[in-house]
Amino acid sequence: MINPHPGLPELDYIKPASLEEASKFLAAHAGEAKPFMGGTDCFVRLRDGAWELKYLVDVKGLDGTNTITFDSQKGLIIGAAVPMNQVISHPDIVKNYPLLSEAARTVASYQLRNRATIVGNICNASPAGDTTGACIVLGGVLNVFGPKGKRTEPLSSFFKGPGKTVLEAGDIVTSISFPLPPNGAVGRYIKLGRNMLSDLSIVGVTVLGYPDKTTKSGYRFKIALASVAPTPLVPTQAEELLAEKAISEETIMEAAQAAMDAATPIDDVRGSARYRKYMVRNLTRQALTDVWKKLTE
Amino acid sequence: MSFHRIILTVNGSTEQVDVPGNMTLLQMLREKLALTGTKNGCAAGECGACTVLMNGEPVNSCMVLAAECDGAEIVTVEGLAQDGQLDIVQQTIIDEGGVQCGFCTPGMLISARALLNRNPSPTEAEIREALVGNLCRCTGYARIISAVKAAAEATQ
Ligand SMILES: Cc1cc2nc3c(=O)[nH]c(=O)nc-3n(C[C@H](O)[C@H](O)[C@H](O)COP(=O)(O)OP(=O)(O)OC[C@H]3O[C@@H](n4cnc5c(N)ncnc54)[C@H](O)[C@@H]3O)c2cc1C
Ligand code: FES
Ligand code: FES
Repeated sequence: MINPHPGLPELDYIKPASLEEASKFLAAHAGEAKPFMGGTDCFVRLRDGAWELKYLVDVKGLDGTNTITFDSQKGLIIGAAVPMNQVISHPDIVKNYPLLSEAARTVASYQLRNRATIVGNICNASPAGDTTGACIVLGGVLNVFGPKGKRTEPLSSFFKGPGKTVLEAGDIVTSISFPLPPNGAVGRYIKLGRNMLSDLSIVGVTVLGYPDKTTKSGYRFKIALASVAPTPLVPTQAEELLAEKAISEETIMEAAQAAMDAATPIDDVRGSARYRKYMVRNLTRQALTDVWKKLTE
Repeated sequence: MSFHRIILTVNGSTEQVDVPGNMTLLQMLREKLALTGTKNGCAAGECGACTVLMNGEPVNSCMVLAAECDGAEIVTVEGLAQDGQLDIVQQTIIDEGGVQCGFCTPGMLISARALLNRNPSPTEAEIREALVGNLCRCTGYARIISAVKAAAEATQ
């Protein structure tokens, strides 16, 4: 008989007192222990039997994982344990990184966002992660505490496949850092879901645009696409086009087509590959147009 | 399996509970503390029937481990009424007819209370957004939303 309300399988909850202790434990139990923050991905995987673990290691609240700090010279650091609702309403983020708030606000529900974290969204490495695109276009860098000490991991080389990242057993992301946003930057996240709010994306398009004297067009656009490839996708050809050619409706359409060409989506319950492809083009065009309008206002 | 001893406050009273590592807050409330007002609809964070306040903020109790709740302050639907007096959203959801089978109601009430705590005069769009994680298969939502509006108006 199918149990409609399965509990979590038997496992133990570990609450280490320090990052060193957590990292040692995770390294010593590779394959049978995972770190967690909000647990909103971990618990679902465990309950569905996709993961079998002996231990869940709670890494919330360890050194610096609980705070948001903004410095007008250096930029922003969001602790790995900070729940999304705090990111959404933080005054420095709303003022300087509104794209992060906009993207986080599309995740699930208010209740779930009191647990779900940005770092969890990234480490989960789902191509559908709603905040991943914003973190990529804003130049996010993960601060990692591992068995060999501290290091940083840029998002550009972080994702290796669905659910796969460069992190190894014993690695704990403690926070994500962002440089100051480029002067005059405007962002937009368009999430196409099966309903207006709360569903995972069928397609997600993140765009950040800003004036840039070093490009031929005088502007630079950063684009990230969700749910259309095994990992979050940056359509570099589209970005290059927008740096090279004078920005116009035609250039935007050409870039949107390049984004569509870069996408390699699959058919699944939320949408067909063909539909996704066309929506990449349409939504990239819309997001670029929205950003372009604001840049030239 | 090892047990964790946790001490927490539930609806104002201090509780000491021994919980296995894989027990959720939802299971602990229902099975250890017999607070069956909090419902299990999906056990996957989707439906909101299990919503409780944890340190003042609403969470899906099926997505929190009981062991994580050491030192936490939890409020369930049983804790909304004070001194025999219903919370205003409990009263307005009755008055407006926002309850049919009642399964979603405890979670709905907690989400509504949390919304009014952070925003005493929400717009209809804000009410809808705040309740997006609470599914109701019966009412069609209209009466629940008017109940939250009425509660907000009554407390102005
Ligand atoms: C009902 C429901 C709806 C959802 N809707 C959305 C949605 O609309 N959009 C969306 O993008 N996602 C959605 N999700 C997925 C999930 O909520 C998000 O991905 C969330 O951001 C995960 O954060 P978390 O802190 O809960 O992660 P966790 O579950 O704690 O962790 C996720 C992964 O990251 C790893 N990890 C966590 N913390 C660290 C760390 N510090 N260092 C190294 N590895 C770490 C874990 O081992 C795990 O593999 C939904 C989930 C549910 C249950
Ligand atoms: S039972 Fe927790 S969200 Fe459905
Ligand atoms: S009243 Fe039945 S689910 Fe809402």
